[in-house]
Amino acid sequence: MTALLVENLSKTYPPRRGAPPPRPAVDGLSFRLPMGETWGLLGGNGAGKTTTIAMLLGLLVPSGGTILALGHDMTKDRFAALARMNFSSPYIALPHRLSVAENLRIYAHLYDVPDMERRIATLAEDLNLTELLDRPAGELSAGQKTRVALAKALINRPALLLLDEPTASLDPDTGDWVRGWLERYSAESGCSILLASHNMAEVERLCGHVLMLKEGRILDQGSPAALTAQYGREDLEQVFLDIARGTRAETMA
Amino acid sequence: MNPALRRVWGLVYRHVSLYRRSWPRLVELMYWPVLQMVVWGFISSYIAGLQPGTGTIAAGALLGAVLLWEVALRSQMGFALSFLEEIWSRNLGHVFVSPLRPRELVAALMSMSVLRTLVGVLPAMFLAWVFYGFGLFALGPVIVAFFVALLMMGWAVALLVTSLILRHGAGAEALAWSVLFGLTPFSAVFYPVAVLPVWLQPVALAIPAAHVFEGMRAALLDGHIAWGHLAAAFALDAMWLAIASWVFMRQFEGARVRGALLNIGE
Repeated sequence: MTALLVENLSKTYPPRRGAPPPRPAVDGLSFRLPMGETWGLLGGNGAGKTTTIAMLLGLLVPSGGTILALGHDMTKDRFAALARMNFSSPYIALPHRLSVAENLRIYAHLYDVPDMERRIATLAEDLNLTELLDRPAGELSAGQKTRVALAKALINRPALLLLDEPTASLDPDTGDWVRGWLERYSAESGCSILLASHNMAEVERLCGHVLMLKEGRILDQGSPAALTAQYGREDLEQVFLDIARGTRAETMA
Repeated sequence: MNPALRRVWGLVYRHVSLYRRSWPRLVELMYWPVLQMVVWGFISSYIAGLQPGTGTIAAGALLGAVLLWEVALRSQMGFALSFLEEIWSRNLGHVFVSPLRPRELVAALMSMSVLRTLVGVLPAMFLAWVFYGFGLFALGPVIVAFFVALLMMGWAVALLVTSLILRHGAGAEALAWSVLFGLTPFSAVFYPVAVLPVWLQPVALAIPAAHVFEGMRAALLDGHIAWGHLAAAFALDAMWLAIASWVFMRQFEGARVRGALLNIGE
């Protein structure tokens, strides 16, 4: 079973008036995320992670290639897939003035979640949000906001979850709590997760497979342990630096 | 509930919750229509006092025009500002990756436009009746048709404004407040189309509001319903809405190609 099948995906943004033609932001990306696995999408700034995620979510129309999300073609039938997907990013906010419960109700309606109040109560209990349900989302700490964003992302029990830097700007303790929670959740729910992150320890802990992006292309891929061994490094962070700085050849030599 | 209706309700619930938590926003909805009514109410009283009879009729037409034009203004702003609320709260990304279809987004914004218009204009109508003895509902059931025709025109203009925001980003947001004011001179709100220069009259007659206000004056001054104008208003509304919806969908798809949905608030 495949959660996400991406073939020869590419995106070149339309050129700005008077500017030279831009290089492709994503260039011929192909991969297959099996159901129930957690994969990492790594790359430096401008590697094409955000563009890739935006195309996977239907926010951006690809210039070429195909995306099958949960068996649905994202260019022709994206809403059927989106009903069974979800997304969390610290860079997209929830309405600040609304309470946590109101925010979750909005998304429960948008995703047509049955037995809405029970689902919200269950998620609130799982993510330690029960005491926060009546608080305005804008008054929460970064860690609390991350947990609310996770609750929003899980409101529809997604079969495919895209996470963009889920622990960005969190203190180590809260970050560790979130990672532990995601680990348990993916094991218990069978949800497929594609995780974009700059935190290599997080990726090593959560992801069974990593796609290393540079200039819109997959430069390398494999399990964190295999990549570390392949590059002769001690951890994924060093592998990341090798790839980002283009020092792979020296290292391999 | 039907899933599509539930998604529409989800977005309406988001805005209703916002107003429930923010009384200044509610006051702001009523502030301008009431202020307009108070100022124009005094002007109308003054005109009526100058020349009883003709002046009284003209004053009634003036006050009716002010109140009905507020319907179009509030309808357009209610739609466009509800869309802008999503941009300001940086929430649009979540909305666009949910199963909410663009047509459902439009339906939700239209629903919010109706609610905001009712909350904004009904108190002004009530006060016009209490303070100046002017009851717009005295026109009879046709007032509902006038109301709906102006709501629809507001939606069409708001769809075009929203399209511009999708094309040019939040930099185009000032249009949400100003664009319909620019149509006031050609919409025959306070004077008949015949007052306009001959070359400008076809422009006015292409605007649904001009027919509504011609119809309102016919009802107020002559006591008859101008069915021709009413039919023209709805036909033009349908045409404007069809064109505006097409433009909106093109700009929405264009924004998906350009990646504008990723940074529309910037």
